[in-house]
Amino acid sequence: MSTTGLGGATSNGRLLEVTDVKTYFETDRGVVKSVDGVTFTLDRGKTLGIVGESGCGKTVLSRSIMGLLPKRGLVREGAIQFEGTDLIGLSDKDMREYWGAQMSMIFQDPMTSLNPVMKIGKQITESIRQHLDVTKEFAQELAESLLASVRIPEPQVRLKEYPHQLSGGMRQRVCIAVALACGPKLLFADEPTTALDVTVQAQVLDLMAQQQRERFMAMVLITHDLGVVAGRADEIAVMYAGRIVEKAKTSELFSDMKMPYTEALLSSIPKLADHSHTRLATIPGRPPDLVNPPLGCKFAPRCAYVQDRCREEEPPLQLASPGHEYRCWFPVGTPEGKDAFERNRRAGDVVATAALAQAETV
Amino acid sequence: MPERPPETALVGEIESPEEEIVEESIEGGLLGQSMEIRAGAVYAGGEGRRRAPGLGFGAWIAVGWMVFIVAIAVMAKTGILTWGDAEESFGSCARKGPIADEGTASGFLLGCDSNGRDMIPRLALGAWTSMLVATGGIILGFFIGGSLGLIAGYFSGRKTKFAAVLAAGFVGGVFGLIIGGVFFAVVIGLDDSLAGIIGVIGGAVLGGVAGYRKGDVDTYLTGVFNVLLSVPAIVLALSLSAFLLGSADEAAKGGGLPPEVVLIIAIGAVTIPLIGRISRASALSWSQREFVLAARAQGAKNGRIMVREVLPNVLPAMFSIALLGIAIAIVAEGALAILGVGVRPPTPSWGNIIALDRGNLFKSPHIVFEASILIFLTVLALNFLGDVVRSRFDVREGGL
Amino acid sequence: MDLAKLIGRRAVQLLVVLIVVSFFTFLLIRLLPGDPTDAIIPFGTNEQKQQLREDLGLEEGFFQQYWDYVSGLAQGDLGHQYSSGRPVSDLVEQSLPVSLQLMIYAQIIALLFAIPFGIFAAYRAGTRSDRALNTSAFALLALPNFVLALLLSYFIGAELKWLPTSGYAPGWLDPIFDPSRTPDIPEHIRYLLLPAITLAVGQIAVYMRLLRSDMIATLQENFITMAKAKGIPNRRILWRHALRPSSLTLLTVAGLNVGTLIGGAIVVEVIFGIPGMGQKIGQAIFSREYVELQSYVVVIAVLFVLINFLIDFLYAVVDPRIRRARATT
Repeated sequence: MSTTGLGGATSNGRLLEVTDVKTYFETDRGVVKSVDGVTFTLDRGKTLGIVGESGCGKTVLSRSIMGLLPKRGLVREGAIQFEGTDLIGLSDKDMREYWGAQMSMIFQDPMTSLNPVMKIGKQITESIRQHLDVTKEFAQELAESLLASVRIPEPQVRLKEYPHQLSGGMRQRVCIAVALACGPKLLFADEPTTALDVTVQAQVLDLMAQQQRERFMAMVLITHDLGVVAGRADEIAVMYAGRIVEKAKTSELFSDMKMPYTEALLSSIPKLADHSHTRLATIPGRPPDLVNPPLGCKFAPRCAYVQDRCREEEPPLQLASPGHEYRCWFPVGTPEGKDAFERNRRAGDVVATAALAQAETV
Repeated sequence: MPERPPETALVGEIESPEEEIVEESIEGGLLGQSMEIRAGAVYAGGEGRRRAPGLGFGAWIAVGWMVFIVAIAVMAKTGILTWGDAEESFGSCARKGPIADEGTASGFLLGCDSNGRDMIPRLALGAWTSMLVATGGIILGFFIGGSLGLIAGYFSGRKTKFAAVLAAGFVGGVFGLIIGGVFFAVVIGLDDSLAGIIGVIGGAVLGGVAGYRKGDVDTYLTGVFNVLLSVPAIVLALSLSAFLLGSADEAAKGGGLPPEVVLIIAIGAVTIPLIGRISRASALSWSQREFVLAARAQGAKNGRIMVREVLPNVLPAMFSIALLGIAIAIVAEGALAILGVGVRPPTPSWGNIIALDRGNLFKSPHIVFEASILIFLTVLALNFLGDVVRSRFDVREGGL
Repeated sequence: MDLAKLIGRRAVQLLVVLIVVSFFTFLLIRLLPGDPTDAIIPFGTNEQKQQLREDLGLEEGFFQQYWDYVSGLAQGDLGHQYSSGRPVSDLVEQSLPVSLQLMIYAQIIALLFAIPFGIFAAYRAGTRSDRALNTSAFALLALPNFVLALLLSYFIGAELKWLPTSGYAPGWLDPIFDPSRTPDIPEHIRYLLLPAITLAVGQIAVYMRLLRSDMIATLQENFITMAKAKGIPNRRILWRHALRPSSLTLLTVAGLNVGTLIGGAIVVEVIFGIPGMGQKIGQAIFSREYVELQSYVVVIAVLFVLINFLIDFLYAVVDPRIRRARATT
């Protein structure tokens, strides 16, 4: 069991406690284990970054916690304590008290997450009117000030406009305003900037961080880009094939990563210090099939450190230091890990040699 | 884990869970596999239509019914099997039948019509007439509309001299005849035929030149389809057959067109623009596929590509449309008969059996209902088969 | 700006349709062998017939006659019935509102049932109730409207005697066309209920299936998940968020369907003895009143284009994106 939030965190500082959550989908092909036993906690006002490749289950995890997944063929197990209430047993009807009011979500694509035929003002006020007992006029004013707070110019004009009249960055700001409308305690941001222009990404992220500070709101920031969470999350969880494979406080993760996967992710983002024509490292292979995952460590087929043990036995979560967990038999930066990597390189292992070659060109 | 009671299975239910995964795994490069998941998602996502290995039970029943109807029709027409004479009257049995007020007609399983004619041979012979008219009309519509649509779709967005000159010349000729004819005859005062000829030639030349320079056959053909579609189909069929039948009436002594042929022409004419537009859409999408581009790059002639590459792919889709079209045409025959244009008695068709004894509906409903049930079941079978064919070939009605 | 363009385009279309339809119906009449005067005064002398031919303008050249007819049309003159000499426009004034009301009621009934059923089927997609709705829609589609008309008039009209099977009473629209008619709304509804239901049933099936498939697609959109994440109740999500974006295809098809509706109305009017355009057309065919028939065809073609224009307009109302698209293109 790990804890986040050192100093300042009291026992009632805990907002969300996710224990061994599993989310499976029954399909014609078999059971897709999208989330397979995830555990973490989140304190009020803190930010957790969830990082992983496409298909690692991070989106399903966030929707599973929110209870937004379609019910057909869905298997959802574990415990999700939100302020002490287990959300897993709740019906949609009960969840409606939480959705929008206690927890809300920002989606990846602002182009499609606003209703194209509904005025922006309506999309904000309908949530306010649903959860707060206020007059229409008050909701209207609230919406206007919300738009102003997410730095949308001429908010009273925008309220009467349709989504297609705004740019992508503006729309994502509207989505943020919608998500914040009822003052939720927890915000899920699912790749909130992926669909935006690079120039707008930082603005939107900064805006979210600012709002989070002002409202003392907890946030789960989901992304495939370690760079996005680097300066913004208190703690980072790296997901692979439906599991958390490494979790640590942000600074510790970057300075002392244990998972070869985390290392591979980090080396696949460009750095300012790199030469302008440096080839970016890529992770060879593909994420595993979630219906029939490999027997041992799920990352083994793509890992530069892989040994026979990895293919047979799945590593359990291990503690590197308080709050730093990982799942690996031959962790990065340890003698065992170095040894394993060397052995693979000498044996001419494709993955290891490629990784080395990439490391050398850098 | 707790089973959700059905009442709480809510909105989210319909969004397919796999959708999410599919998107992600496509990004992850799991192409082959995610395609399967997608297929699973689509079918699990509510359409409930799985690709059955065979035709399916319902389809076999539908096929069986159509075979039955066609067999009966052919046998009645050729006289291979005789149940009785479709034209012989048994006065004492008039209007009697299974559910008639006057009671049943002994010896006649399905009763008799208002003239005392046995319903069974009349319905069988009526099947022949109805199927003949419907199928004939659709075949006619397919020949003309289908080929025009194929040309329009194949050449859409591309330049072609020959076809465009023909199409534009035709359009120009029609408008030349109307506008030029009126101009030369009324304003200049020329003789009618001279004015008409000058108008047609002038219009055709102007149109042809425009077609030669623009080369856009698709625009002209689609325009023609759209104008034809601006008149409700049944009104077009109705006026066409009323006028053609009228002329046949007047020339009754000297022959004229038989009503069956008139109906085939009328039904064919109104289906031309519909079929034209659907086949255009289908031909358009196939003409943009790689194999057509490849054939073109190899220097194959347009005509050859159209017939050898595009047509075979368009045909399955069109077959489904044809089945639905025949169903609609059977109904159209009935509607036209009720409006007073149709096959003339004593020749029976399902439509005119209903039209003739509509007045006896309350006392002898069996006459009208027997023909109605046959129409209903036949249309149902054809619709069903059309649907089966469509889902097998994944035809979309994008052109509509 | 965009509206002017839209009107302009429709006006051109209307003009082309008018020219083509009027010319070809006119041509067909001229091609009819025989002499219309035979129909008007069958027992008249040759001199009387000659006089009549001149009066009717039948001695003029073909294009001159066509020109006279078209310029008459432009002034609202639809020609005269051969037999009675009554202006066809009088007949249209009496029968057009009847048909219009019938079609409006049919459309209202169709949407009243199709929208909730379509939403429900999409919401419950794949379940037993969805399949049941789909199957019934499929069966209804195979039921020709004249068969349904006969079934209803036999069972509801003759057996149960709930509603009349033939006849008509003026409604709200008749006095607008012909001030001498006084509306009798209850009777009007009673007479038009069965025919309107007959016309509506086929449309219900079409609309329901369309709305269902569009709605299923809409319900998978991100903005629906977003609305759910806002805590909006399902009922509101279905009706306020999903219905409007899903109704565009419905509108298009409703526009295309107007032709079917007009055709259906013609048949249904004949069966239920309603004095609308359909019955007039039937009578004109029966008594070989070709000028009258020609004018009805022209009127219906104009009506058809106008209704489609109206649908275009509704389109822009339903989808704000189109308002802009129309303005920019």
